[in-house]
Amino acid sequence: MGQSDITLIGGGVVGLSVALGLLRAGQAVTVLDGADDDFRASQGNFGLVWLQGKGADFAPYARWTAQAVAAWPEFAASLRQTSGIDVALSQSGGYEFFTDVAELADFTADLARQEAHLGRKSYEVLTGDDLRREMSGIGQGVVGASFCALDGHLNPLRLLRALRRAVATLGGRIITDAKVTKATPASGGGFDLTLANGARRGAGKLVLCAGLGAAHLATSLGFNARIRPQRGELLITERLADRLPFLSSTIRQVDEGGVQIGGTHADAGLNDAETLTMMRGLARHAVTVFPALAGVRVVRSWGALRVMSPDGYPVYARSSLHPEAFLVTCHSGVTLAPLHASNLKDWIVNDATAPEKGAFDDNRFALSTAA
Amino acid sequence: MTIASRFQPRPEGALRLTLDGAPLTAHPGDSLAAAILCHSGEASRTTGRDSPRTAFCMMGVCFECLVEVDGLPNVQACMTEVRDGMAVRRQMGLRKLGAADV
Amino acid sequence: MSDADLIIIGAGPAGMAAASIAVQGGMRVLVLDEQPRAGGQIYRNVGNGAPRGWLGKDYAAGAGLVADLGHPNIRAEFGATVWRVEVGGRVIWSQGGISHISAAPHLLLAGGAQERPTPFAGWTLPGVMPAGAAQILMKTAGLLARDAVLAGSGPLLYLIAAQMIDAGAPPKALVETQTRAMMLRALPSLPRAVLALPTLVKGVGLLQKIRSAGVVRHTGAAAFHAEPNDKGDIAFSFTAKGRRHRIETPLLLTHQGVIPATHISRAAGVRHRWNHAQQAFEPIVGPWGRTDQPHIHIAGDGAGIAGADAAQAAGALAALDILHLAGRIGEDSRNQRSTAPRAALTRARAIRPFLDAAYAPSPEILAPEGKTIVCRCEEITAADIRQSVAEGANGPRQVKTATRAGMGPCQGRMCEITTRGILAACGTSPSPPRARTPIKPITLGEIASLQEQNA
Ligand SMILES: Cc1cc2nc3c(=O)[nH]c(=O)nc-3n(C[C@H](O)[C@H](O)[C@H](O)COP(=O)(O)OP(=O)(O)OC[C@H]3O[C@@H](n4cnc5c(N)ncnc54)[C@H](O)[C@@H]3O)c2cc1C
Ligand code: FES
Repeated sequence: MGQSDITLIGGGVVGLSVALGLLRAGQAVTVLDGADDDFRASQGNFGLVWLQGKGADFAPYARWTAQAVAAWPEFAASLRQTSGIDVALSQSGGYEFFTDVAELADFTADLARQEAHLGRKSYEVLTGDDLRREMSGIGQGVVGASFCALDGHLNPLRLLRALRRAVATLGGRIITDAKVTKATPASGGGFDLTLANGARRGAGKLVLCAGLGAAHLATSLGFNARIRPQRGELLITERLADRLPFLSSTIRQVDEGGVQIGGTHADAGLNDAETLTMMRGLARHAVTVFPALAGVRVVRSWGALRVMSPDGYPVYARSSLHPEAFLVTCHSGVTLAPLHASNLKDWIVNDATAPEKGAFDDNRFALSTAA
Repeated sequence: MTIASRFQPRPEGALRLTLDGAPLTAHPGDSLAAAILCHSGEASRTTGRDSPRTAFCMMGVCFECLVEVDGLPNVQACMTEVRDGMAVRRQMGLRKLGAADV
Repeated sequence: MSDADLIIIGAGPAGMAAASIAVQGGMRVLVLDEQPRAGGQIYRNVGNGAPRGWLGKDYAAGAGLVADLGHPNIRAEFGATVWRVEVGGRVIWSQGGISHISAAPHLLLAGGAQERPTPFAGWTLPGVMPAGAAQILMKTAGLLARDAVLAGSGPLLYLIAAQMIDAGAPPKALVETQTRAMMLRALPSLPRAVLALPTLVKGVGLLQKIRSAGVVRHTGAAAFHAEPNDKGDIAFSFTAKGRRHRIETPLLLTHQGVIPATHISRAAGVRHRWNHAQQAFEPIVGPWGRTDQPHIHIAGDGAGIAGADAAQAAGALAALDILHLAGRIGEDSRNQRSTAPRAALTRARAIRPFLDAAYAPSPEILAPEGKTIVCRCEEITAADIRQSVAEGANGPRQVKTATRAGMGPCQGRMCEITTRGILAACGTSPSPPRARTPIKPITLGEIASLQEQNA
């Protein structure tokens, strides 16, 4: 096993993005990925590349997200070049629709705090009437909206496939059905990994990107972050020939034509079932915002589990017990992919300072963990 | 080219429908898919990539029989009984968002 | 509050037999079926419309079962599509664009089977249909095929051929995929099949009818290919006895047996397994149709293909067990009354191993290759699926998310089993794909206006 050999545990959007960055930096990379029925946020997400409101209460996250959103066009182009896959990135602005005046006011305050962190204004707030004048078809129940011209979306399933292909094209090894159940430090340095099928393998540096599957491995390797699931439910409709006139954080039309509706949050443990209450809530939201959707059929609903750190912000941490072990985990892995594929490599390979001067280190949770 | 029905002709039915504006008759109790298949051997829809399709499974499983009925898109013709006066349109390509302009 | 003591989904032989026994036992029963009338697949449209003698005695036998549904304590709703079944006994169903929530302490899934998808080059063309679909057209609309060719394998293929002959619309040719080797492999199961002697005799009778009608037969056929000719008919070619054949026909009717319809049972969280002999997923059920979900029973072809007689018997057994679980009859009474249906079930099932082996689906439709379309809705080919597997997709979910196969309105009903076949051919042992609600597409408006009656 060579010195530069890096093993990533987890082949979702986060793991593959990090792998891509390491490969581009000339490292030898192996990605171990789990079983087909694992919880896979990368296969169940909403595909937003979104800035609006992010990091209102945590400046480093606001900056980090803004940087990621700005990096997307170039990243999408390079991905297409390496993988041959177009991820259908579109960044022509996005809305946040409100049916409740107080909620709109709260969110406007969030946006103002985010603006202060970023040092520039990237949003506007519209009344319901403004909206209806601008765009036909918006329902009377919408009282207002915020709009950020930098927001956008892409096809998350194609992103996953593009990353997979790009990693393979650049010589990375992706091993599937390789669910790691145990990681222990090896006597001569590096780690011994035990897989669910009983197989064992060695690793030099280890980067933990296994989403919800990383929780117990992270603890055993001395990390402080407690990762928890948060369920989001989504609906997808039959495909439409025409285009919706807007993108919002809860309603978006995928490039193939179906309309995806989402935005629910629930603490349901490791249960990714879809519920009738949420399905109905999402359907009501959709027909309130855009009544013409009432006649469109839902083809499928599903629940998917978000990977949440205690405060909801990313974790980029190096284990204090085992300095060759890294933890990279976050919720908005689609939005942050360009940075994961570029700005983490110096930290992992060359001992450089962690991103945002270490603001995402897991020592921010040390106290709460100890308590 | 018009393609004849792939089925033997039946006696004229008492119900009157239209298919893309042209008259079509059917018997009470017919599924709309049966009435269309009896009338013509041509595609009753095309896919998003323009491939021709007709009703297939006749039991509500395959969704190949989608047509527009009285302005309502993506209706399963095999699960819909014919009604007098139904205005049916072949559905070319993906459905539209709003009710079609009939 | 509950709307009934038992909700039965499906009004085929299994569901109808169960409903009849449950009401006799004092239960209030809600029967939901998506079709416009009772009968299920075999007794489709029975007792309705013009008499169609050529459908045979067996078909007419369904009339009694349908009549039983008239009992005052049975509420039967047709055109009623169930789109969600919840652990805890709630059923959400749609009728005429409005969704309803019904609840009952017991649930019997009797949703039957669907025809096995038969992917080969050209199977999406107008002019290619499943043979069972043509039979439905005969039963419901008296529609008879013109110079059709029947292709594939299975007992239903013979039955349909015979019905077409009797109706005066004999097929132009019968192209069968089963080989002599398959027949030989099936022989050891024949002695057991003798239990189902009447069925065997019926089968022999069908073959004689086909022979004496002079229908051309090819066996051991493979490498199916369909393309349109210049008249819009189908030019069907295949290989048999080492030679390529070509037949032109307005209508190519294919069949490779039926498989359980498992969307509801999978979405309801019932455990499923792969049945190797039948090459299909099926729910795991006990001798009374019980599943691992406490309040859900399954009976009929939806629990594994065994035909209409078996379905009727299994429906009766499930109803007796439900009466027992509900405290309406004792265990002894349940067991006593089960003797006749149990014997009927054993008889009906005896022939299955023979049929499964003799008429196994041909390998080329189980795991197709090249440009053959697997997912008809999204137009995804076998090559697309194989490529995703080569890129690391190691199960149905990853194939689906990588290729979109199964994301269309049929929700995977026409491709899941083929995707499974390809995955298996590539060396994985895929688990049953997950099914989610709505089990059939439902409009946003309808979901939005759902009233929480029983919350
Ligand atoms: C196309 C086809 C043709 C066949 N032809 C013959 C034949 O000629 N002779 C023969 O012996 N056998 C035939 N079979 C096999 C035979 O139909 C079965 O063995 C038998 O019908 C099984 O009975 P069942 O009650 O289990 O299911 P079924 O008879 O299929 O009844 C199930 C019912 O459940 C309903 N249902 C399903 N899902 C839902 C939902 N979500 N909401 C509401 N309702 C629902 C269906 O509409 C159906 O009416 C055929 C099968 C198929 C698929
Ligand atoms: S023909 Fe298959 S769903 Fe109508």
